[in-house]
Amino acid sequence: MVPADAAKVPRPRVKMNTTTVPKVMQQGAITPWLYLLPAIVIMFIFIVYPAANTFYLSFRNSTNTDWASAACVPAEPCWGILENYRYALTSEIMRIAFFNNLMWIVIMVSATVALGLLIAVLADRVRYEPWAKALIFMPMAISFVGAGVIWKFVYDYRPGSDQIGLLNAIVVALGGQPIPWLTVPFVNILALNVVGIWVWTGFCMTILAAAVKGVPSELLEAGRLDGAGELQLFRHITVPIIMPTIAVVVTTMVINVLKIFDIVYVMTGGNYGTQVIANQMYIEQYTNFQTGRAAAIAVVLIAVILPAMYFNIRRFREQEATR
Amino acid sequence: MKTKTLGQRLSGLPKHVVLLGVCLIWIVPTIGLLVTSFRPAQAVTDSGWWTVFNPPRGKADYQTFCAGCHGENGDAIPSANLSDPALISEFKRSIQLQAVLHKEFNGQPHMGDVPYPNDQQTADILAYLRVLSGIQRTQQFTLDNYIDALVGYRGSGTYTQDCAAGTQSVDLKCDFFDLANPRGMARAFLNSLIVAIPATIIPIFIAAFAAYAFAWLHFPLRLWMFALLVGLQVVPLQMTLIPISRLYASLDMNGTFLAVWLFHTGFGLPYAIYLQRNFLGSLPRELFESAYLDGATHWTAFWRLAVPLAMPAIASLAIFQFLWVWNDLLVALVFLGGEHPVLTYQISNMVTSLGSGWQVLTAAAFLSMLLPMIIFFSLQRYFVRGLLAGSVKG
Repeated sequence: MVPADAAKVPRPRVKMNTTTVPKVMQQGAITPWLYLLPAIVIMFIFIVYPAANTFYLSFRNSTNTDWASAACVPAEPCWGILENYRYALTSEIMRIAFFNNLMWIVIMVSATVALGLLIAVLADRVRYEPWAKALIFMPMAISFVGAGVIWKFVYDYRPGSDQIGLLNAIVVALGGQPIPWLTVPFVNILALNVVGIWVWTGFCMTILAAAVKGVPSELLEAGRLDGAGELQLFRHITVPIIMPTIAVVVTTMVINVLKIFDIVYVMTGGNYGTQVIANQMYIEQYTNFQTGRAAAIAVVLIAVILPAMYFNIRRFREQEATR
Repeated sequence: MKTKTLGQRLSGLPKHVVLLGVCLIWIVPTIGLLVTSFRPAQAVTDSGWWTVFNPPRGKADYQTFCAGCHGENGDAIPSANLSDPALISEFKRSIQLQAVLHKEFNGQPHMGDVPYPNDQQTADILAYLRVLSGIQRTQQFTLDNYIDALVGYRGSGTYTQDCAAGTQSVDLKCDFFDLANPRGMARAFLNSLIVAIPATIIPIFIAAFAAYAFAWLHFPLRLWMFALLVGLQVVPLQMTLIPISRLYASLDMNGTFLAVWLFHTGFGLPYAIYLQRNFLGSLPRELFESAYLDGATHWTAFWRLAVPLAMPAIASLAIFQFLWVWNDLLVALVFLGGEHPVLTYQISNMVTSLGSGWQVLTAAAFLSMLLPMIIFFSLQRYFVRGLLAGSVKG
């Protein structure tokens, strides 16, 4: 539930006359900076400086007393000053984290976008549309921690046939054996993903529903007159028109998934092979006190996110250009 | 409006099935949490929450085998009043009941032409009779979990029981002041409010100035700086945690509310500026022009024109920022920790330490969701609008 992410989604279509400020409003050269100063100072202290500092720390050892190369042991592989990156990119636990984040991206992004689109299209102009949408959207308002508790209870496991977790009760009722959803490898990744999907589908749905409603009804009507079925209309008219929005939602979701932390922290703590990049970074810094390694992981994280950042800025420039 | 034919209605059926199915899947886990939070501890570990919707155990069997003669309430035969606790308490085990069922009364078999219940059914019937006669109080729902969660009770019974018996732990006084117990959710709720309210107001306030400058003031590199701002929105929290922790440590600010307010302000600003700038920029320029022609300064235009007009955008923004801060775990974990535990911190502790049972955990979780849910359902319009940020006017 990162508010910052919401910003990437919308495309303000309103005309803005901001490229030129009216003549009468011209002011002294100092005035704008007075308005900007508090924001710039705070953003510099809390975003720009720390980001740069993290970059620097990623080349330092765990206590920031020497370069990372000091931790090298003779006769063992070492990347010199990039030693922390050797850990961040090649260590066993980080390989698992990368793989898991990749799984998260594949499973959760595709599921949230597909499901969000499905609901957006199905619920469009249904009598109970507001209710259905409010229901799907509701998890967005609560915390990942709360969502974690809700689902941990659904996944509750105990041996035997008396289950208090809903999912295992269903499995048992269908004649199966109860499954420890959160400890079995791969199954637990899926189980955690379901929580993420539960939380984020409402977000995708809301953005996509706005786009679906924006599809000109004349186009759909014309298609219908030509004898196209609803499925064809969806494939050949709706989807192409809302494609830019889908692209934005996918980018936003990829960023969100890369930063995923709370769900894993609360539900498995990264154990049983469910580690993700953001959680491992937290562990390196606050459990293992390996500041250098944690910083390197953070840098790797932003490096992965960078393309999305570029995409965002480019889209913004295009938007401004067409104004 | 022409009415739909049956065929048209049927063709829409799969759509409704899918839609309602998804809605059901979405709501059931939350209902499970809510129901569990009101159930007594024993019931939570004994049976799934969905069983509260079942009739009491043994009731169906009682109706099949007994109710015909003894009546629905068990008091139809005065000489064998099944609602009498004295009579029922004689049956310690179901085998005793079984024996009575096989005895003859007045030369007639007890059961007459009714078949005999099997062992399991007899046990269930006895369990039901205990409830019917009032020997066993079946309390289906309780508020104890919420009380325990609010005061941070940790023990084998409940806070109310312990206080009645005088066996509460030393840090509980069994009066109103227990709500201030630092381990309790009441205190955490207050801490969450103390964190979230300033962390919502400060960034929006500071951002309003910057947004005004980006929208209506002229300065070099304006567009370039704004593009940078768009980029800053994507910087992950993790990228800044370490240096800020170190900075706070050197200033001895770790564990203070100020530390969290400032951090959230820093991270909330890019989006807050972006959204407000887009909104302010979409206002008609004639409005501002005429204000200046009337002699208004930027300062008055900002306060009298921009801020009041931007209120809808500010409302959306406030909801988003508030929920984000309220629901945040990572920042609270790193900068506040156990010093001033907030709701998310307390709950994640309860989950990972496994110290408390599901009943208290679910109650605590629901307490933490209460405010977001109220905000969401009452201000959903602004919430959605904030999400679509500026694509709709106002």
